[in-house]
Amino acid sequence: MINRNQLLTLLIVFAIIGTAPFLITRESTLNTVILILYVALLGQAWNILGGYGGQFSFGHAAFFGTGAYSVAVLQLQYGINPWIGLFIGGLLAMGVALFIGFASFRYGLRGSYFALVTLAFAEVLRILSNSVSFTGGGVGILIPLSRDPANMQFANNVGYFWLIWALCLACFLTVWWLGRSRFGAWLQAVRDNEDAARALGVDVFATKMKAAALSGFFSGLAGVFYAQFYLYLDPAIAYGSAVSIESLLVPIIGGMGTLFGPLIGAAVTHLLAETTRHFVGDVPGIALAIYGLLLILVVMFLPRGLISIFGRIGGLFGSRRAADA
Amino acid sequence: MLEVDGITKSFGGLKAVDGVSLSVKQGSLVSLIGPNGAGKTTFFALITGFHRPDGGTVQFDGKNIMGAKPSDIAQAGMVRTFQIVQPFAGQTVRENIAVGAHLRHASRRDALDRAAEVAEKVGLGDRLDMDAASLTVAGRKRLEVARALATDPKLVLFDEVLAGLNPSEIRDVIPVIRAVRDSGVTILLIEHVMQAVMQLSEYTWVLNQGRLIAEGPPRAVAADKAVIEAYLGPGMAARLSAQAKREPAHA
Amino acid sequence: MVDPVILIPSLINGLTTGALYALVALGLTLIYGVLHIINFAHGALLMLALFGVFFLNQIFGIDPYWALLIVPPAMFVIGYGLQRGIIGKASHGRDENILLVTLGLSIIIENMSLYFFRSDTRTVDTPYSFEVVEFAGAFLPLPKVIAFFGALITAGLLWAFMSKTDLGRAIRALAKERKGARLVGINVDHVFAMSFGIGIGCLGVAACLLMPSYYVNPQVGYGFVLIAFTTVVLGGMGSFVGAMIGGLIIGVVEAMGGLFLGDSLGQFGIFAIFILILLFRPTGLLGHKA
Repeated sequence: MINRNQLLTLLIVFAIIGTAPFLITRESTLNTVILILYVALLGQAWNILGGYGGQFSFGHAAFFGTGAYSVAVLQLQYGINPWIGLFIGGLLAMGVALFIGFASFRYGLRGSYFALVTLAFAEVLRILSNSVSFTGGGVGILIPLSRDPANMQFANNVGYFWLIWALCLACFLTVWWLGRSRFGAWLQAVRDNEDAARALGVDVFATKMKAAALSGFFSGLAGVFYAQFYLYLDPAIAYGSAVSIESLLVPIIGGMGTLFGPLIGAAVTHLLAETTRHFVGDVPGIALAIYGLLLILVVMFLPRGLISIFGRIGGLFGSRRAADA
Repeated sequence: MLEVDGITKSFGGLKAVDGVSLSVKQGSLVSLIGPNGAGKTTFFALITGFHRPDGGTVQFDGKNIMGAKPSDIAQAGMVRTFQIVQPFAGQTVRENIAVGAHLRHASRRDALDRAAEVAEKVGLGDRLDMDAASLTVAGRKRLEVARALATDPKLVLFDEVLAGLNPSEIRDVIPVIRAVRDSGVTILLIEHVMQAVMQLSEYTWVLNQGRLIAEGPPRAVAADKAVIEAYLGPGMAARLSAQAKREPAHA
Repeated sequence: MVDPVILIPSLINGLTTGALYALVALGLTLIYGVLHIINFAHGALLMLALFGVFFLNQIFGIDPYWALLIVPPAMFVIGYGLQRGIIGKASHGRDENILLVTLGLSIIIENMSLYFFRSDTRTVDTPYSFEVVEFAGAFLPLPKVIAFFGALITAGLLWAFMSKTDLGRAIRALAKERKGARLVGINVDHVFAMSFGIGIGCLGVAACLLMPSYYVNPQVGYGFVLIAFTTVVLGGMGSFVGAMIGGLIIGVVEAMGGLFLGDSLGQFGIFAIFILILLFRPTGLLGHKA
């Protein structure tokens, strides 16, 4: 009942977003929408493991970067079409997530320790990608320009818009399914109390692994999109801390463990950054500093994220939790 | 139904459970009692797979479950509750119970329906959409019971489900436990509240410092000298019986 | 086999770097040991302290070693204020929340520095910047030698403080037993903030010792964060001796990694250690089971 409404809301929201290319004529404005969707995808991917599963990763760049490098290297070295690379990239990112997940969850690593170990894994990948040759090392990797939808390169932003729109929708539908499935219920049980979940027959390890796999997969897709959109990668972009931080900021600010939290977080942070840019000009640092401030304020005063305000106002966007609040 | 033979566990040289053997028949309502720190909760943790025993065997429903994962043991039909209640805070009562129900029901709708049914049975029917964290202690104890029952277990291990409740709350919960047994679920209780155990269970084992020191029908066990000393300290059995002789009117 | 003529200097070099890592990690491990929180802003605060040393030198011509009288107390005040005003109020019972808040702080500090100071890398010039000391066939920059002994002295002072003074004893009592400490009348919030302040004060010392042989830019802290975490994890969270030994090991590992694998892979060994320790022995080499 509630969930059917949520699906309807989700589809309506994406339908409204889908009008953007028809209504927006300015390239830069459409660009903003694309970037919001891209960040929402990153955040939603993190949200699966962090928000629904309670496992705070500080190293989602490990998955993002693997997706991004996969599609780039496969094209350059093996001539594999990026549309196929999209799936391979997602699967390889999933593989990295499963590896890190296996190593961590096997030994019961949780909380801050899990956060640090994921961060270290991302750093290891950054150092490795800096020193092996097939990634282009520290110089980076340039995907040759060939504007053709068959190569997942589009002549204008509209093509990229539909690509990220579709990836984002797929990820949001997956998370919607989490909210109404047995796996989702088990995952949230593991987040809220591992021992109690275990006593009720939940295989905690397997549940965390599945969540890591899904989370890594979608994070990898975001990486593929990034590579195809900017056509350039280097170790700091792919495996640096910026992506990891963006991945967790967005859902935490918007509302962890909720379907719409990452979208709200992505929109608010981006619009805030745009507004600041409008007032103080394009100076480095300010926008990110504001993100940091927002993060602190949310953790201290709005632990359920900005969505809990929406929940209080209308209950329309709310997941059940937010609506209860 | 449950056959435990010589199960042993030490933590850092200290034997928490030392060669405990017991057997629970299908359909019975039995109990394991003992003073605080006797090893009761560790015993539960051992037979449900939360800790790995150092030695001994555990058979459930004819299968050896030594070293099995807690989730597999729950799947086989043996479920425990926790002395310190462990609600999924932030989730509603209905959602809490549904986690248990999902063990047998893949569909969300079925699990939620089953949760409502079970909630009705344990007297939480009117609080289905409350946040579990806002329940009273008594309400949380009921929630523990409900979640365990929602897994459709063959055997439930209740860990101090009555501890921390006031006498009137205990009076309310006792019929719930009886009804569970009457519906065909075997029950093993852990309690240190002797009185409740006397009322409820058919047979009881007494654990002290990791070892079984007595077993039998509750009334007989309560009169056992070793049991009284374990609970009240050495010498108390003699003093009590002397007192009983001096003041026969109160006996 | 590598020629000892190359190996030994590189080993000694690693040890001097390691002493500084140890000093940075000392503050982190103190904070962890007492408050049981992981301070993600540690690197950013170090960077702030380095800028402090730099500007004292640029504007007032104060020598980095004389800045020892100014920067550590200032960092102590900042740390005390952060704990009392922000970090202490943010946990809501989950240690991840502290991690997030300190992450938020590090983002703010780093990006505000980027805004005010720009991303230029700066160094200070002192008369002794390029003086070298010969030891066992190695030519060591004088500032590094001073830093090495400075780190050891600081660790000794910290140890003496913790074991000889009333506040030190209160801090240790609090680290062991929170409820008990509250019962015997220790002002927990104050002592927590003092511990945090002292931990951050250590960064001030580290910055003064580091600056003559190092550089500062807004990103410099990030590199130190993971190294400091590795050091702390290696030595066992909350252990002073562990942090010292861990720091020296890390310094040597980095130097050896650089020697054998090349500079770009030099830090690889550090993170490999970090991951292995966290996965297999989260209590550290010297730590015991919680």
